[in-house]
Amino acid sequence: MDFELSDDQVALAEGVAALCEGRFDIESVRAMEVDGLDRGRWGELAETGVFSLCLAEDDGGVGLGWAEAAVVFEQLGRALVPGPLVAATLAAGLIEGAADGSTVVTTVPRSLGPAMVEHAAWADVVVISDDQGLWSVPAGALDGVDANQPLDPLTPVRRIDALPQGDQIGDAAAADAWRLRGSMLTAALQLGIAAGATELAVGYAKEREQFGRPIGAFQAVKHRCADMITRVEVLRAAVYAAGATLDGRGADSPERAVSVAKILASSAAAACGKDCVQVHGGMGYTWEVDAHLFLKRAWVHDLAFGEGSELAEELAAGLVS
Amino acid sequence: MDLRYTDEEEHFRDELRTWLSGVLPDVPPLPEDHTDLVARRAYDTDWQRMLYEAGYAGIHWPAEFGGRGSTPTEHLIFLEETERAGAPYVGVNFVGQLHAGPTLIAEASDAQRSTHLAPILKGEHVWCQGFSEPGSGSDLASLSTRAIDDGDDYVVTGQKIWTSFAQVADYCELLVRTDADAPKHKGITWVIMPMDAPGIEIRPIDTALGAGEFAEMFLDEVRIPKSNRVGDENDGWRVTNVTFAFERGTAFISEVISSQRLLADLAAVATRVTRRSGTAWDDAGIRRELGRLDAELDALWSLTKRNVSQAQRTGMVGPGGSVFKLAYADVRKRMADLAEQLLGRAGLAIGDTLDLSDLDHVGERLYTLTLTIAAGTSEIQRNIVGERLLGLPRGDR
Ligand SMILES: Cc1cc2nc3c(=O)[nH]c(=O)nc-3n(C[C@H](O)[C@H](O)[C@H](O)COP(=O)(O)OP(=O)(O)OC[C@H]3O[C@@H](n4cnc5c(N)ncnc54)[C@H](O)[C@@H]3O)c2cc1C
Repeated sequence: MDFELSDDQVALAEGVAALCEGRFDIESVRAMEVDGLDRGRWGELAETGVFSLCLAEDDGGVGLGWAEAAVVFEQLGRALVPGPLVAATLAAGLIEGAADGSTVVTTVPRSLGPAMVEHAAWADVVVISDDQGLWSVPAGALDGVDANQPLDPLTPVRRIDALPQGDQIGDAAAADAWRLRGSMLTAALQLGIAAGATELAVGYAKEREQFGRPIGAFQAVKHRCADMITRVEVLRAAVYAAGATLDGRGADSPERAVSVAKILASSAAAACGKDCVQVHGGMGYTWEVDAHLFLKRAWVHDLAFGEGSELAEELAAGLVS
Repeated sequence: MDLRYTDEEEHFRDELRTWLSGVLPDVPPLPEDHTDLVARRAYDTDWQRMLYEAGYAGIHWPAEFGGRGSTPTEHLIFLEETERAGAPYVGVNFVGQLHAGPTLIAEASDAQRSTHLAPILKGEHVWCQGFSEPGSGSDLASLSTRAIDDGDDYVVTGQKIWTSFAQVADYCELLVRTDADAPKHKGITWVIMPMDAPGIEIRPIDTALGAGEFAEMFLDEVRIPKSNRVGDENDGWRVTNVTFAFERGTAFISEVISSQRLLADLAAVATRVTRRSGTAWDDAGIRRELGRLDAELDALWSLTKRNVSQAQRTGMVGPGGSVFKLAYADVRKRMADLAEQLLGRAGLAIGDTLDLSDLDHVGERLYTLTLTIAAGTSEIQRNIVGERLLGLPRGDR
């Protein structure tokens, strides 16, 4: 057993972090609040192989594993990179152009009643998942109303009153795999969000002075930061375990490992987002400071690919069976 | 990143399982009366002796000091398998195995090692930890138990408190002040105190559980030969921190496994507790909390593996130990709250849950109170994480 990152995995994480710093710096990211998804940058991201990471080399992918994807998605979450990152990766190899970024794919689970579709305005194709399989619809064919003010300014949503059936592109097993992998990737994004919010809060706690000293010297602030990093470290262990398990290098069933990661991710990311706001005081409630972006993105991801409480209920059933 | 065990590791596990399944049927249950520390000592040291004879004592100690020289991963497997099999816990041997022994290995002279290490492994010597004092708990470095230099001896006078199993120990890892004028961290020395030395008085303190696990120790001109000093005079604080790293590294590994067993039992209790209609299990809020706790224990097991892998690569247990302890204490306290909610009036007695469970959920609930106090309170752990891991500035203390 060796649960440390390999040198290659460390290098991969650093590479993606550097890419994010260069091309998805926070100013460029925030410009997309107004201008919409920057397709140029989306294509650049695709070109680095981020979306085709787990696609076999014979199919034009990078041929790495889900553990590597976890490490990469952690960095994307940390940098608040917007767009349907998870759907792009899941659709690589399934939908023409998803892997190279020329087709932007988004996804929504089929539900009774009206649906909120993330990134509908930015996307070309929407994949609907349900128990029977995966179904594709051109985004333009989805009649609905784009929300004036989405909860997360970088996750635009469109209200669709009735989702169409769509063309089948995968069977029930494909839909299961879609949900399982999507859940792990989302948990990895949430890990990055929790880590990014913690870094932002700790940085501020070292700089901001009150009563003649940095606020991070006060235990009420210091201990809040310690609780943040504690959540991050526990979550990181769960997310990496889920990634390794999807690659067949785990101890549990992939379903259980991924549920564990997603359950922890849901509570940890939102809690770190809220703590980040609190550590910033009044600044934390401004549009200008990124704290609210971490929190809002955490809330968005909690509802994608399995909501924490529902997964927890499913896991509990295993305790008495 | 690979969570699977190697063939060698699995082989180690298989051998251990075979041995455990052979010997455990003949191991008696823990003595009923948990206030009888003499019986407890006999029980725990008998088990230690069995481990020794089977070659499993000091699993993580280097072979040159009588240990098995196993890797941190094998140590993890050992703790996991013994706990799953319901084998006795390290008990009164805790300090010898996990604090004093490793400290002696790292810091002691050859003569000290050859005197003390083998008897710890064989279950012949029980050790206790004389660090805390009435005036020095979290601020341990302010300790004032005085050691006066008298030729070949130190003459030690002062008071220690919370010394677990002092009543039945043979030796004590003792911190004393050898220089009263130096800054507080620079005047402390780590010494080995034989518990039969004249001038030691031990007064048991009852815990909130009603048991006599720890004690006060009054030291009145106790003579300790200087040859019992480990490390240099006034260098005891550094020696102590070697001990702390070991303590936080491995202390709670087995407990994750036993906590999983407790949680599964709580789920079963939920299906038995009747409510106005149906059972507590019908309450989605209860099921969700059970599921969340299950997920968190699972993640703590993964974090343990991460810490172990790090130790395997670097030989060190980093601040991951403090992170683990904080998170673990939180999970256990939430489990205790859930147990309280589920048991209702069946929680009014220790040892009688009105037939809802065979496990002692009420005693466990009380035990969780220690998790945020013993071995450095959670407040102190948060200071450590905030300052050493995050680099936040130190404030007033
Ligand atoms: C079951 C058990 C077994 C033990 N066994 C042993 C043993 O074998 N040997 C031994 O030497 N000791 C032992 N201890 C003692 C243990 O290490 C101390 O209790 C612990 O370090 C706290 O010290 P204290 O009790 O003096 O509390 P204090 O230090 O007086 O703390 C009281 C409260 O103040 C808080 N506090 C103190 N300082 C700060 C600060 N700087 N910032 C924020 N909050 C602060 C604490 O967190 C705590 O909540 C044991 C304790 C328990 C509960």
